[in-house]
Amino acid sequence: MINGIKIDMYLLLSTVLFIIGAIGVMARRNTIILFMCIELMLNAVNLLLVAFSVLHKDASGQVFVFFIMAVAAAEVAVGLAILTMIYRNIKSIDTDLLGNLKN
Amino acid sequence: MIKSAALIPLFPLIGFIINGFFGKKLSKGLSGTIASLSIFASFVVSVGVFMELQGLAQKENVVNVFSWINSDTLKIPFEFLVDPLSTVFLLIITGIGFLIHIYSIGYMHDDEGFARFFTYLNLFVFFMLLLVLGNNFLITFVGWEGVGLCSYLLIGFWFKNTAYNNAAKKAFVMNRIGDLGFLLGIILIFVTYGSITYTEVFRNASLGSSSTVTAIALLLFIGAMGKSAQLPLYTWLPDAMAGPTPVSALIHAATMVTAGIFMVVRSNVFYSMSHVASDTVAVVGVVTALFAATIGVFQTDIKKILAYSTVSQLGLMFLGLGVGAYSSAVFHVTTHAFFKALLFLGAGSVIHAMGGEQDIRKMGGLKGKIKITFVTMLIGTIAISGIFPFSGFFSKDEILAHTYDHSPLLWLLGMLASMLTAFYMFRLLFLTFYGKFRGTHEQEHHLHESPSSMTIPLIVLAILSVVGGVLGLPEFWHMPNWMHNNLEQVILRPNYSTLSHATEWTLMTLAVCGALAVIYFTYLMFMKYKVKPADNEEQLRPWQRLIYKKYYVDEFYDFVIRKPLDGISNVFYKFFDKEIIDGLVNGVGAAVKGMGSGVRYLQSGNIGFYVMSMTLGVVFIILLTFLYK
Repeated sequence: MINGIKIDMYLLLSTVLFIIGAIGVMARRNTIILFMCIELMLNAVNLLLVAFSVLHKDASGQVFVFFIMAVAAAEVAVGLAILTMIYRNIKSIDTDLLGNLKN
Repeated sequence: MIKSAALIPLFPLIGFIINGFFGKKLSKGLSGTIASLSIFASFVVSVGVFMELQGLAQKENVVNVFSWINSDTLKIPFEFLVDPLSTVFLLIITGIGFLIHIYSIGYMHDDEGFARFFTYLNLFVFFMLLLVLGNNFLITFVGWEGVGLCSYLLIGFWFKNTAYNNAAKKAFVMNRIGDLGFLLGIILIFVTYGSITYTEVFRNASLGSSSTVTAIALLLFIGAMGKSAQLPLYTWLPDAMAGPTPVSALIHAATMVTAGIFMVVRSNVFYSMSHVASDTVAVVGVVTALFAATIGVFQTDIKKILAYSTVSQLGLMFLGLGVGAYSSAVFHVTTHAFFKALLFLGAGSVIHAMGGEQDIRKMGGLKGKIKITFVTMLIGTIAISGIFPFSGFFSKDEILAHTYDHSPLLWLLGMLASMLTAFYMFRLLFLTFYGKFRGTHEQEHHLHESPSSMTIPLIVLAILSVVGGVLGLPEFWHMPNWMHNNLEQVILRPNYSTLSHATEWTLMTLAVCGALAVIYFTYLMFMKYKVKPADNEEQLRPWQRLIYKKYYVDEFYDFVIRKPLDGISNVFYKFFDKEIIDGLVNGVGAAVKGMGSGVRYLQSGNIGFYVMSMTLGVVFIILLTFLYK
């Protein structure tokens, strides 16, 4: 029970967000949307960690969230750099066009 | 000196190694000298060994070289047996080998494969020495196979010619057929006596059952048939004339082909014990002698005539072995080595003078142009025809006398073969050296006597052919028969002649008169009435053509053996090799390719697909973890 809401609800929300993010990564072609979905997955995990940290009154969960956020930020920076390079090469951000390793 | 008998084969081996590895870098003179000197060194040691053996009472001396095969039940040391038989053969091999090496320096002078020739010659002498020195059947077999190999290398010496290569292959394959019999014989000996050392086996020979001994003797004789060119494994010898003439002289006249005789004499106890085997040997020998002699009558190539003559004389030697006249056969081996090597080397000299021509129809009147060759060949021809007092007379007469003792019919056939020998040899002599020259103009200008490196061996061999008879003077002349006395301890069950002196005199006179009559007839035919051999086949009558074509034996072998073998190997090639085995191997390849083409769709290049498969994989693993809790 956190603030009057059952822990199951947090679990459910986090799972749903994660699945939306996962499916988005699998199914979307736009690279920026792809990054957004990745961020969504990371944040879903963050939510879950914080919820359980409050439940068990253990600060380690929230400390871990800090780490994840820092890593996510760095990863976004790198990801956008890669996106820029891809755009320079194929003048588009459609991942379907990145098929040179095909067969 | 006997203790250092191991040196005898060592010198040619060293010569082989030096000429083999460095021959190209050495000058021709040096290469030939090294090869000849190594044989001469072996000869010197052989003489020393021989002299020492003469003084000893114990004639059986085993010299251990090294411990070779050493397992629990099978112990075969590498030992040499120095006894009267091996020393006689040692002297023949090294002595005549040395003369032929000297001759080859002159004969092969212009050949670019000079060093290679001497390498092979030295290797051959090495193996032949192993053959006669070995104290067990295995070392002899090693030498046996080795000389077969060298024969192949030397017959096909001018390897750029396909016909010569085929002749070399033919010799080797036919030898191998005989070797199968030889090997089976050795195995049977081992199974029966538990050992293959000569000294042990022959001492215990009577322990074997009569049928086993017969089987052993016959199997060993099959080996001898292949090596010594007896019916039916003789067709390789005439074809082997494709090799250089010194090769024909050394291998196919004086040494390798006598290996079969050596082996039978060595194993004489088996043949003495088994009448079936010795009768087989005698019959095969005399039939071969007669058969080959008839073919020799119609041949027109000087070397082929001598080749068939060799087959015929070997047949006579086997006839001698078959009737128990072992020392006579060895005696004939010795004298035959003298005059046959002489004849071959002389033929080489003639071919050299004729610039490579070997057809006697194109020769004639050479006696004025190449005097030394003529005189020496004349001596050789008289010797082989068995005219007193040349060496051939004594050895041939001994064999024929022992044959008459055993069976007059075989004696008659042997006599016929001898008379035919006189005929075709004098035919060769008259057509080559007498009459008018029948060759081309350039050949006539080219005619010249051979260099002394070639004529000196001829002279030495001619002297030996003349005086060689003293080695085996007939006993009924109250003269010592050295060869017989020498080999006494080697022949384990001698049979002595039961002929009266009168009979022996009659046989001897018949032989000489027969030979002289034939020679006179030949003289009339070729000198007085100037009969010439037909220029081409069409001029021959049917029976003559049959013999000229060597009774179509080669064609018969072709039809009966080679064609079925070709058919079988064709089936194996087309069906088994191409379809089944290739199919299997190609099938594996095709299967991999098929699997690959299926799996390759996983690499779609679509990143979403990769992520999905990754996700599915992780999910799957987690599920598994929960399932297997």
